[in-house]
Amino acid sequence: MAVGEVMRMEIPAGGDLTVTTPELHVLAVDDSIVDRKVIERLLRISSCKVTTVESGTRALQYLGLDGGKGASNLKEVNLIVTDYSMPGLTGYDLLKKIKESSAFREVPVVIMSSENILPRIEECLKEGAEEFLLKPVKLADVKRIKQLIMRNEAEECKTLSHSNKRKLQEDCDTSSSSSSHDDSSVNDTPSSKRMKSESENLSSLF
Amino acid sequence: MNTTVVAQLQRQFQDYIVSLYQQGFLDSQFSELRKLQDEGSPDFVSEVVSLFFDDCSKLINTMSRSLEQPDNVDFKQLDSGVHQLKGSSSSVGARRVKNVCISFKECCDVQNREGCLRCLQQVDYEYKMLKTKLQDLFNLEQQILQAGGTIPQVDIN
Repeated sequence: MAVGEVMRMEIPAGGDLTVTTPELHVLAVDDSIVDRKVIERLLRISSCKVTTVESGTRALQYLGLDGGKGASNLKEVNLIVTDYSMPGLTGYDLLKKIKESSAFREVPVVIMSSENILPRIEECLKEGAEEFLLKPVKLADVKRIKQLIMRNEAEECKTLSHSNKRKLQEDCDTSSSSSSHDDSSVNDTPSSKRMKSESENLSSLF
Repeated sequence: MNTTVVAQLQRQFQDYIVSLYQQGFLDSQFSELRKLQDEGSPDFVSEVVSLFFDDCSKLINTMSRSLEQPDNVDFKQLDSGVHQLKGSSSSVGARRVKNVCISFKECCDVQNREGCLRCLQQVDYEYKMLKTKLQDLFNLEQQILQAGGTIPQVDIN
């Protein structure tokens, strides 16, 4: 779009101009087929896109963190929910590997367990788990987690737009003092482009 | 739609499901699962419990084999099986099955083979009993739907 061009929006016939927030994509990890089915349904009913895998190893493969070919095909995941007690890689092991990765360390990880063991909970939270859910998981638990994640994302949006606003303010101040020189690209960039680059920055976080 | 027939079936359904809760076959997690069922996913509960019963059958077979040789019982594998069974029964609200698993685990912990055999038998009995009960419940649901009615929401809290 050129400077000064007005952005026209096509309003669909019927007139409903609802802005829908993009769906959260959740990776759910559990070795129990019953629990996978339940968590999948809980998440779907909460309007999340869901991918389920049966082990920590498969989770790492999916994320491209297993050092294999998948590494070049990074998936976009907004939340990882994993069982603690799994054969092979435990949920804790998986949590550690995720937090060690540069690609996925910002992705919130929620641990689920049927056992209410305080040292275990503390260990997971210390390693960076967002929350620890006691099984059996209920709809209220999933709703709460989703709200938490959405709120965190909204906070990040605000922080980003505030820091952009401040920058814009600074640039305005500097350019008004000079005569004809058009300063930074920020003044020239139509707002639509700026918003797009903000969301691009956001998605690169995940 | 014969409203009397529908009302009767709904009543029957209500009484039956309440009795299952009262007799301890089911707990609140089962009603949590029912909340997740809707027109878009009308068979969710029966699908989950079906997976659960398959799981039971498989785990019981494995555990039975672990217990076969009196002087060579793999209690570690047994414990793992019980843990899995306890987990999935808890996830579907199969209260009696879950409770047997708790006793089963205690027998594993002290390496009590006789106790484990008894628990295995009990868990087999309980899951099959629940399977029959739930089949009856789902049949009632089908009858209600076929008669043009809706399945009642039952609040057990």
